[in-house]
Amino acid sequence: MNKTVNQKAWFFVIPVFVLVAFNAIIPLMTVVNYAFQETFGNNQFMWEGTRWFKQILISERFHAALGRQVLFTLIILAIQIPLGIFIALNMPKEGLGVPICLVLMSMPLLIPWNVVGAMWNIFALPDIGFLGHSLNALGFDYNFTQQSGDAWFTTILMDVWHWTSLVVLLSYAGLRSIQPAYYQAAEIDGATRWAVFRHIELPKMKKVLTIAILLRFMDSFMIYTEPFVLTGGGPGNATAFLSIDLVKMALGQFDLGPAAAMSLIYFFIVLTVCWVFYNLMMRNESNS
Amino acid sequence: MSLELKGVDKKVGDETHIYTTDLKFEKNTINVLLGSTLAGKTTLMQLMAGLDKPTTGEIWFNQKNVTGVKVQKRNVSMVYQQFINYPNFTVYENIASPLRITQIDKMEIDKRVNKVAELLKLTNMLNKKPNELSGGQQQRTALARALVKDSDLILLDEPLANLDFKLREELREELPKLFRDRDCIVVYATTEPSDALLIGGYTATLLEGKVIQHGKTLDVYNKPNNLDSAKVFSDPPMNIAEINKKGELCSLATDNVSWKPNLTLKDGSYKVGIRPHNITTYREGKNSVEINGKVLISELSGSESMIHFTNGDLNWVSLSEGIHQKAVGEKTKLFMNSDEFLYFDSENRLVGNV
Repeated sequence: MNKTVNQKAWFFVIPVFVLVAFNAIIPLMTVVNYAFQETFGNNQFMWEGTRWFKQILISERFHAALGRQVLFTLIILAIQIPLGIFIALNMPKEGLGVPICLVLMSMPLLIPWNVVGAMWNIFALPDIGFLGHSLNALGFDYNFTQQSGDAWFTTILMDVWHWTSLVVLLSYAGLRSIQPAYYQAAEIDGATRWAVFRHIELPKMKKVLTIAILLRFMDSFMIYTEPFVLTGGGPGNATAFLSIDLVKMALGQFDLGPAAAMSLIYFFIVLTVCWVFYNLMMRNESNS
Repeated sequence: MSLELKGVDKKVGDETHIYTTDLKFEKNTINVLLGSTLAGKTTLMQLMAGLDKPTTGEIWFNQKNVTGVKVQKRNVSMVYQQFINYPNFTVYENIASPLRITQIDKMEIDKRVNKVAELLKLTNMLNKKPNELSGGQQQRTALARALVKDSDLILLDEPLANLDFKLREELREELPKLFRDRDCIVVYATTEPSDALLIGGYTATLLEGKVIQHGKTLDVYNKPNNLDSAKVFSDPPMNIAEINKKGELCSLATDNVSWKPNLTLKDGSYKVGIRPHNITTYREGKNSVEINGKVLISELSGSESMIHFTNGDLNWVSLSEGIHQKAVGEKTKLFMNSDEFLYFDSENRLVGNV
């Protein structure tokens, strides 16, 4: 077969290449650059090899932040995934209720992250905030700026409020794609509500749930803006999740080398977990 | 055993999905519901199954009023156009699923599943999951699920519609055999007249929510009550032309084709219905009538040729055995078998007995 030689095709590739370069490759390589060197500003660099990586990997500070992060993400997934499915199952399937519910569900997703943080900060203030004041009036000793348990509670509540909708919308889409004949067939078989969920709805929702879990894992594992505005990582380091700790190190202490090494480790963790999770799900898919 | 619909109708909001219907299906019969999409076949089946309640009217089964009795208590099974199986069950578990909630013991379930699987040629697939199977095998699994439980009523809602041609042919031939020795009533919905003819039994023709005619399949085919029933039971579509009867002869209103009808008709105007396979490129029957036409298009399929042609203002369809290639625009002569003509009066009712 004769192939036409036409080098013009490069012109179509170049814009994307430039975009990706500026947007991903160059910043990432800068971080890589910092991760292996020591700098005192003035564009002077000294080679440090893997020193920063070793330092981060054995540092207690990193272990603590990573521990908090993993715990937070697990709690978020454990609450949001079942809750999202539950809400989706109970949403109306036809009539005026559908658009109303969908709009209500989408609302939290449309609010900018820092606004969510600010909203919840004010909402939860123990003296003037509606939530904080009410809880105290009810006899709870609630103060998220001083008690770490309360700070965690508020951060989790905020994230559940902000992001459960995403799981709801994805699950709802998955549920709606199930043909009514499946439910009829189950009815004829005399299947219980639980059996219908377990053997029809859940398997049929598997793909969207994979996406939902992946998205919620990534977002909650990289959470920054909302807790930054809400608690600023405090009290103490109680809610200093990985990215908050990272920014403290990089911009607060100007430890660019260790911060860059930590970024790469962080990046590597997210990438690995996503890859493993995705492959596990897809392998099940091809088996079943 | 019998299933009876007594004055059943179904309205949803302002729309009538099923107009008042009386139907009676007898024990050990296969009954075809024949009609185009949206004719109300599925609605009618859901009413029969008890998945839906009629707006008015009653449904009787075995001389008992079962209107409003839930589907689980009716011993019904249903097969759908889509291949409906539990996605995470193996074929074996799928077939066994209708029996799991009953009190039948495991040995018996195993015996029955294996028997049905053998009947439907699924024995080698029992450990596979539905999405590892071909469409035909998935539908066989769904059929096996319907057959395994000895239902009194088996409803098949266009079970072959989503299968490709070859699988459809294969399964269509097996279906009547599967139900032959069963003590049940089978209802089979389809859009295809050829399905009804192949399955035999009884046929009810449906149009826009109304049952037009119900009777033995061949009777409905040969003597449609009216033009609508004839149209529903004809594929490719029936040719319909206005004719005038005067003296001895009938003639087309638009052309000078005329013939002597094989029944007594009063003088006046009628409509004639001619099935495409009664217009051929060769003479058939004793009373063959010539018709001239201009070829619009000729389609060859397998061993048949479908020639569309115009005569006067009308478009005609003819179906001949063998390969007859015609050029577009070609003037051609075809032959109509006037013994098979159906005559309808001004109110579209069938005239006389053919």
